[in-house]
Amino acid sequence: MIEQALTGLWYGFGVAFEPHNILWCFVGVLVGNMVGVLPGMGPLATISILLPLTFGMKPVGAILMLGGVMYGAQYGGAICSILLNLPCHPPHAVTCLDGFPMTKQGRGGVALGLTVFASFVGASWGITEMIFLSPLLVKAALQFGPAEVCSLMLLGLLAGSTLARGSPIKGVAMTVLGLFLGSVGTDLETGSERYTFGMTELDDGIELIALALGLFGIAEFMNSVNQVAPINTKYTNVGIKDMRPTKADMKRAFFPMWRGTIVGSLCSLIPGTGPTIASFVAYATEKKISRHPEKFGTGLIEGVVCPEASTHSSVQGDFIPTMSLGIPGDAVMALLLGALMIQGIVPGPQLISQHPDIFWGLVASFWIGNIMLVLLNVPLIGIWVKMLAIPYRFLYPSAMFFVCIGVYAANNDFFQVGEVAVIGLFGYILLRLGFHPAPILLGFVLGPRFEENFRRAMLISRGDILVFVERPISAVFVALCAILIGSQIYFRLRGAKADLEPAAENVVGGEAPTALAAQRVPATPAE
Amino acid sequence: MRLSTSLRELIGKRDFYAGGLMLLLGLFIALKGSTYRAGTLMHMGPGFLPTALGVLLMLLGVAIAAASLAPGGPDEHGGDQSLLPEHPQWWAWFCILMSPAAFIIFGRYFGMAPGTFACVFIAALGDKTASWKGTIILASVVTVFGVSLFSYFLQVPMPILTWRGEF
Repeated sequence: MIEQALTGLWYGFGVAFEPHNILWCFVGVLVGNMVGVLPGMGPLATISILLPLTFGMKPVGAILMLGGVMYGAQYGGAICSILLNLPCHPPHAVTCLDGFPMTKQGRGGVALGLTVFASFVGASWGITEMIFLSPLLVKAALQFGPAEVCSLMLLGLLAGSTLARGSPIKGVAMTVLGLFLGSVGTDLETGSERYTFGMTELDDGIELIALALGLFGIAEFMNSVNQVAPINTKYTNVGIKDMRPTKADMKRAFFPMWRGTIVGSLCSLIPGTGPTIASFVAYATEKKISRHPEKFGTGLIEGVVCPEASTHSSVQGDFIPTMSLGIPGDAVMALLLGALMIQGIVPGPQLISQHPDIFWGLVASFWIGNIMLVLLNVPLIGIWVKMLAIPYRFLYPSAMFFVCIGVYAANNDFFQVGEVAVIGLFGYILLRLGFHPAPILLGFVLGPRFEENFRRAMLISRGDILVFVERPISAVFVALCAILIGSQIYFRLRGAKADLEPAAENVVGGEAPTALAAQRVPATPAE
Repeated sequence: MRLSTSLRELIGKRDFYAGGLMLLLGLFIALKGSTYRAGTLMHMGPGFLPTALGVLLMLLGVAIAAASLAPGGPDEHGGDQSLLPEHPQWWAWFCILMSPAAFIIFGRYFGMAPGTFACVFIAALGDKTASWKGTIILASVVTVFGVSLFSYFLQVPMPILTWRGEF
């Protein structure tokens, strides 16, 4: 098993080191790092904008680049949190707590330096986990029939919607809405049109890019326009020299970093708990086991490296279920799966054996990309810091253009441009009503496959719905679903919130970054 | 008396509308879905899953609305129960939504360069601090950059400049 994984990895490095692939990987992490720094642009919007540009590329290059945007943005987001106290990317909100006080003490550079290091450690751990766990998962998943796939998807969808941000019941509603949106268009099995209202443009279904850009682009711009506080660049003079930590700092950061990594990798194994929850849990754990918990929030290096390492380990770990089972854990992963599907690649357990170049190339590119990011972040910190000063009034109109041309380029059709505007308006209404749109994307991407497998399972069982509890593996998944729902109801009745995030948000709220920044956090759906 | 105050309270609650919207959406989905062939469990027709989803969404909508009525229930969402944000940005919202419309109109009849300019220009007007000069400069810069990137480099098939080219 180990030997097989190492051979695969060796092969993957061969793929990832091909000149064009390494170039695309570099473009991906560069763009990712850039948007991570820019307040008000998330990885979701960026990946959707870049998505149409990858149609002409080979699948390997496309997925390496889009994956690079995803983890590159995590590096950039930390800069934003530490130097500006702007938690513009939810996973890094908790880093503000100790990161910004360190900046005020003039130790922001040290915090950044150790963050880059901790990120690399966390990411490496996540990648290692992916190398050894994915083949195991695949082995199990290859035994699955349609009934098992169906109940596994159900579990993934439920976890993705109830464990994420906000009210669980609203999350489930959004997932159902996403599943429905996935069924718009021509029915694969019978060929009849559903919910197209005579518009031939909708025959192929709602465009994934239009949906993603509407929900995470336009709706987000509507939410942030004129609400973004001018950025205080008082503390942003950081050079490469400031980043070198002292020996004492290194010593203090060492164990928290590893604890964060472990917490992050554990969180990534539970479907639906993305990097945001991982970072909050890591911070809370670190605070609990610390000998001086009262000092957290005053600029402790432990409070910076622990959540950062956890975020990165969880980001890489999130790729495990996505790549090996074809079940995405959050919206970004759903988008990446969508990108694969556009390239004509069927996600699922057969992916690794059918397209080893994609899987192992991606794994190898993670390492290459993370090394690139360390190299990009340490010497070029000055440039990234300068980018923080780009005002929002330049940012969002330019982004609007990229949204429009992006959806146009997907099909060379203006209809989709109109579609994205309508979805954007709808998405903003949902945001205002307290819904988080991320589960919509999850449901949308999984919807058609869910329906297909459900139909197949029903056909095999001759219309017996009990097949889901009669087959043992499927029964386990159904039981897990029931436990998930039951625990949510139990915690609700007990009056306590089931998910950990509000507790952690209170921690953040106590420190209150700038009022406007805090206001923007819940509205940023990019996890 | 008591009923009317509670009714007024209810109308001020965001979750009530959230649930109502889901209920309406679910109703619409289920009604439209029931016009497609549902089939049997063994041979499902195209209408089966959407109709089921619509019904499920209706139930969830009712649950969300009901939770907002439960005493002390909705406060857990941070207490923000207003439908509009503190400072509604009608003009900015309008500009952002008009920006794709401008892209469609100008892009279709005059080509990519005018479409891009109009799209960025209109979106940028939404900002409170926008000035004519700054907006024009921004739109021009994005147009030059965007056209060279998408038309020359990425070869998006859209004429740069045209006059009512394609209807």
